[in-house]
Amino acid sequence: MNSNIWVLMSADSVALATTLILAALGALFTERSGVLNLGIEGILLTSAITSFIAADSSGSIWLGLVVGSLLGAVLAGIHAVLAVTLRANQIVSGLALVIFGTGLANFLGKPYEGKNIETKILPLSFGPLTDIPVVGPVLFGQDPITYLTVALAVGASWYLFRTRPGLELRATGDDPATVDAQGLKVSSIRIRYTLAGGAMVGLGGSWLMLAESAAWHQAATTNGIGWIALALVVFASWRPIRLIAGAILFGFTLQLPFTLQAENITFIPQAFLQMVPYAVTLISLIALSRPGSSNALGAPRALGTPFVRDER
Amino acid sequence: MSNTSSEVAKGPHHSGGAAPSALSARNITKRFPGVLANDNVDFDVRPGEVHTLLGENGAGKSTLAAMLCGLYQPDSGTIARNGAPVVLSSPRAGLSHGIAMVHQHFRLVERFTVAENVVLGSRDLSYTLKRAELNDRVAEVAERYGLPVDPSATVGDLSVGQRQRVEIVKALYQGAEILLLDEPTAVLVPAEVEKLFENVHAMTATGKSIVFISHKLGEVVEISDRVTVLRNGRVTGHVSGRGSADTRELARLMVGRDIDLAVQRASHATGHEVLQIRDLSLTVNGIDVLSNISFNVHEGEMVGIAGVAGNGQKELADTIAGLVSPTSGSVSIGGSMSTDRGPIAARELGLAYVPEDRLGMGLVPSMSILDNLLLTRDRDTVVDRASVRPEANRLIDQFEIKANGPEHLARKLSGGNAQKVLLARELSGGRTATKLLVVCSPTRGLDVGAIETVRRLLDDARSAGQAILLISEDLDEIMSLADRILVLYRGAIVHETAGESAQLTTVGAAMAGLSQEVQK
Repeated sequence: MNSNIWVLMSADSVALATTLILAALGALFTERSGVLNLGIEGILLTSAITSFIAADSSGSIWLGLVVGSLLGAVLAGIHAVLAVTLRANQIVSGLALVIFGTGLANFLGKPYEGKNIETKILPLSFGPLTDIPVVGPVLFGQDPITYLTVALAVGASWYLFRTRPGLELRATGDDPATVDAQGLKVSSIRIRYTLAGGAMVGLGGSWLMLAESAAWHQAATTNGIGWIALALVVFASWRPIRLIAGAILFGFTLQLPFTLQAENITFIPQAFLQMVPYAVTLISLIALSRPGSSNALGAPRALGTPFVRDER
Repeated sequence: MSNTSSEVAKGPHHSGGAAPSALSARNITKRFPGVLANDNVDFDVRPGEVHTLLGENGAGKSTLAAMLCGLYQPDSGTIARNGAPVVLSSPRAGLSHGIAMVHQHFRLVERFTVAENVVLGSRDLSYTLKRAELNDRVAEVAERYGLPVDPSATVGDLSVGQRQRVEIVKALYQGAEILLLDEPTAVLVPAEVEKLFENVHAMTATGKSIVFISHKLGEVVEISDRVTVLRNGRVTGHVSGRGSADTRELARLMVGRDIDLAVQRASHATGHEVLQIRDLSLTVNGIDVLSNISFNVHEGEMVGIAGVAGNGQKELADTIAGLVSPTSGSVSIGGSMSTDRGPIAARELGLAYVPEDRLGMGLVPSMSILDNLLLTRDRDTVVDRASVRPEANRLIDQFEIKANGPEHLARKLSGGNAQKVLLARELSGGRTATKLLVVCSPTRGLDVGAIETVRRLLDDARSAGQAILLISEDLDEIMSLADRILVLYRGAIVHETAGESAQLTTVGAAMAGLSQEVQK
């Protein structure tokens, strides 16, 4: 029994990592184009409740996932218009999106509070493979979206570093003036990846709702995962493969307090453990906001800077 | 596209010359709000030729170049490629006609490799990148024009000269037949300039055309087959034939009057040591920005610090000005230690500082000339403008500042006038009479007329007995002004010579770090 709970915890960490990877991948694509979207938490919450409503009223969890993802793109679209087209301050716009998203989600979610969804996204079963001790539940006991997410992250790495659009995306985040001089449209590239990033975050929020939580608990549904995702991008130096490892690590630390409590291990106070991922997030976000350190961490050079063509 | 044979068949071309123009512009006019940037300008360049556009800042040469490469569209006039009229609606359209511009500020992604930069945005790039193949293709193009570059090197690790080469390779890779080089030598050390000129000759030998944009007379004479001089948006002269141009004549065409940039070094009796620097070292983030610097500047002496940008010049100036505390070593001004005592103490000891960033560190752009003057004068809680206004008026006259009086906002001044305001404030002394003047790149970005004035003002200050430390990347400026020249390379002084006997090649080599071995 004792080893079993740790296995369950590892499996849960991988599952939790799914939301983290999706949200962080969305942030990564957005940031690689030079746009900083701090509104991830707001998008996660709103897409979670809309996917719940869509799934609840239609009876289809898959429709829920689609609606949640689309909503993520729509909310990111607000940020894209403000930050790219109107060249507003990206930090202010992103924070406004958090407040707006949280408020909207709470408003929409009022009638659904505490309500459970009829059908959840269920883990796949690979028969005997899933029954392998320890490895089985962790590697072969996940649901289709989790597998899709890992594939997405691996594909993202290939896309960024091995394709022409990936080259253009990285160049846009680092040096938009150079991209502009090549006749490529900086704002169009930035808007596209901000929307695509929003859709990924939306998928992450929907999955969290429909596979993990299955009940709406207002802001506690996401519990700051959106902020952790932003820190994760910094942690991963804007590289998708490192994101997978980082997400599992963060997922593990998020689960750890509960497991230790269940095991009655109390030599480290539970509150302290619960704090750790958020403290790490805070430090990462401070590092991100200082030009010197963010550069050293490998941040896109033009991250957070609106592009204005140099008119002599 | 017309080819050469049909060109000949058409008979005498509009330009009338023997060789048809690769690119020609006729009666080009371009207006910006309140400015006539180009007024009926004619320009053409033939295959295999270097045609220079010469003019001061604001003469309209960059505007013309921008229209030739598709960045701007002319209000009226026509542009023709091989005799056939073309409309260049964007840089992309310019490139499709074989016209490319190498900008003064390189358009390169520092984190990318050379090959990634070269192929970025090119149309024939496949969806998936095959690195080995791209590297070979880039190396092949570079090889063909004798421009050695390592395709897999990261651009951020390259020297300025190498980066410029990458820009040129990029233009050639994209099929450029006509290259517009915008002030290409501004950022290069003399040895790199020589290398660039070799590359230019290699390109023209294969029939490429070069439009060279510059305001440096010496190099213009050296590189150009033809020179077109612009002033106030109009063509003021043409000179043909390599080496036949005369710098005095070109300067006159450019400025509209005779000009003499070479300041006569006054015979000066130098006095006491005003600035003493001893074993000054500065480490920032674990990097030695300044290492073991020692030198003195005497009354009535101008010491020039030469070096390529980023070798510690700014840090040295900031340390002397008290803005930065050194890691070790000391700075004394007028015999009193000023290390670690901050900028106000340094000023009270007689320091005046003209930083490179004149509208950022030097002047407050949103304040008037008067208020900017007050910054170094009044330390009372209540500002007394009336007491300083007569002095402001006097300085505006004395320094020939073009402004509508002391209330004129600093940001509305031209670069030359802003620099004159800054010099006026610093040279005239604040609460303490100026003993030591530290000036950084005082003529960068100024037109020839203003350069002449600024250099004369510096010379006058020296004659008046002030000690001057001139930090500049413009080697000609240092060579013509300074009594003593120190070369700063990677934060250390690697070469010292008297101004009068200084050799351009020796100083240039020291700036490029070639005297390092000798030093050690």
